[in-house]
Amino acid sequence: MIRDFFKTLIKNKKSLSGLVLLGFFILVALFAPLLAPYPPKTDRVEHTTLLEENKGDPEVLSEETEGQNREKSVYTVTITQKYEKTTEYFPTRAKPSKDHILGTNHAGNDLFSQIIMGTRVSLFVGLATGLFVTFISLSLALLSGYLGGILDDVISFVTNVFLVIPGLPLMIVIGTYVPMHGVLPIILILSLTSWPYPTRLLRSQVLTLKNRDFVRASKMIGERTSFLIFREILPNMISIVMSEFFTVSLSAILGEATLEFIGVGNITVVSWGTILYWAQANGAILMGAWWWFLPPGLLIALTGTAFVLINFGIDEISNPRLRKR
Amino acid sequence: MKYLARKFGMLIFTLFVSMSINFFLPRLMPGDPAKALMDRMEGVEAEKLESVRAAFGLDTKDSLPVQYGKYLLNTVKGDLGISLSRFPMPVSSVLASALPWTIGLMGLCTIIGFSIGTLLGIWAAWKRQTKLASFTVGFFTFIRSFPYFWLGLFLIYIFSFKLKVFPLGGAFSVDQTRGSAGWWLSVVQHGILPAFTITLSSIGAWLLMMRNNMINVLAEEFITLAIAKGLPMQRIRLMYAARNAILPSVTGFAMSFGFIVGGGLITEMVFAYPGMGYMLYQAVNAKDYPLMQAIFLIIAASVLVANFLADIAIMLLDPRVRDGAK
Repeated sequence: MIRDFFKTLIKNKKSLSGLVLLGFFILVALFAPLLAPYPPKTDRVEHTTLLEENKGDPEVLSEETEGQNREKSVYTVTITQKYEKTTEYFPTRAKPSKDHILGTNHAGNDLFSQIIMGTRVSLFVGLATGLFVTFISLSLALLSGYLGGILDDVISFVTNVFLVIPGLPLMIVIGTYVPMHGVLPIILILSLTSWPYPTRLLRSQVLTLKNRDFVRASKMIGERTSFLIFREILPNMISIVMSEFFTVSLSAILGEATLEFIGVGNITVVSWGTILYWAQANGAILMGAWWWFLPPGLLIALTGTAFVLINFGIDEISNPRLRKR
Repeated sequence: MKYLARKFGMLIFTLFVSMSINFFLPRLMPGDPAKALMDRMEGVEAEKLESVRAAFGLDTKDSLPVQYGKYLLNTVKGDLGISLSRFPMPVSSVLASALPWTIGLMGLCTIIGFSIGTLLGIWAAWKRQTKLASFTVGFFTFIRSFPYFWLGLFLIYIFSFKLKVFPLGGAFSVDQTRGSAGWWLSVVQHGILPAFTITLSSIGAWLLMMRNNMINVLAEEFITLAIAKGLPMQRIRLMYAARNAILPSVTGFAMSFGFIVGGGLITEMVFAYPGMGYMLYQAVNAKDYPLMQAIFLIIAASVLVANFLADIAIMLLDPRVRDGAK
């Protein structure tokens, strides 16, 4: 059923272009180490060449004869190798040039390499948060929407409470307290503030579907609950679930960049957000260093546009009125 | 009345949850919260440390429930503790100095953004076969996927650094005497870029909301009938379609007033605009926990109250809710 969904997506012009754009970024993220000209956190290139190698004369330590056709000797040879090593430090805060097509930052790191490697972190955080939140909110929606009763009351109440607590300031406050190691804390913080809205939306969809005739009929003829949920209700929710997934992923990418920009995230990780953080911290604007702060923002926007385009397609597929006549 | 009482109960409970998050967050950190706090604030004078401990109720030998009770009582009374970075200023007076700037800037932007976005939405739905309408929708969608702090950086680079038309940051010129005509002029000058950033990034949401609702309404049969009757198009567009499509936008508008305090956080940070957002930025960098938590609480409270007011508005406007509430 997911394959059918993607087939319809590819037929829509908007969602196809979104998928192509997203696919491009995923490829860049996967092959980032191959595409980046330098490691993202290095500030120098080292060249080592072997100039000459001298092999000394063997010095025999012991020699013995083992049987008729076998001899064994132990000896040492001293080899001296002469190397030439040149270390070339990258210039700091350099303008774009042949060697560094987007210049370098305050620490002399190649910005183009950082941008490429940053694609990994930003995309991973976005998609991981999207996946996690979609899973959680879909489970909660099915539990509360389908089973109903007290469980529904509790889940709906908690959802409604967390729905109205503003997310960004909450993320900032929690982020300042939580020690940041790697990217996992930021994924959890982003998830913590983004689950309520999809949960409420998906729950109301479950409620609508639950009362449709075809579901009622199946229930009447005694189908099991798992069959009703996974074969009758879920397949009809694919487009809304996918659209929520892309929406959450987009806001996670923006949220990550925002948190890192103000220095709440892990600033030692190389991502689009941290590049902007260091650009701002080093006054890139006042230096007129457009190559430092323009590219990360443009790429975040392009990734976001990919998600939005896919969602436009999904909207047009599920709501024919939005299609052009 | 039952509807109102339920909504009010929800408001109080959610406020209580927000306060509880504030109370338990420092205590959820691994290890002794007092020690962890101190570790994070290297080189802080003993005097300050004491006020931290007092602010968090960490100095007392009270049991946790008693600390919790005291904290809730103090917060309700408006005692939010002492700011660390502006010691010994109470947090409440730090907030009082920041609030007017934020409310002035964001209030104006919310109204402008809503008006332009909704009008463009009506137009984009009406003329949706034209290239220009598709382009406008596409343009604002693209703008929306920018992180809007970055949009601010870009505008600063173009208008303040390259063209030198607007100042680089701040909210007023320090050379002018406060309250003079020149000072007010500088306030306007400093406000234009941040206002433009916020408005530009908020138009998209209003536009899309209005356009999609409008398209749905335009497909209804009473519109076809109105066209068949030969009514003037202008009348159909505004009095028939837009009027029916605007309800969700109006609700959204009422709710967005809650975001006046907290909606421009990042833009204020970029422009060093001395409102709540910039205050939060400074608090985060200085690890000024009491100030940070108070800002979170104020933002949460304003959103919650605005939601409550929006609920009242819906009750007054929508007969279905009104009748159900009886």
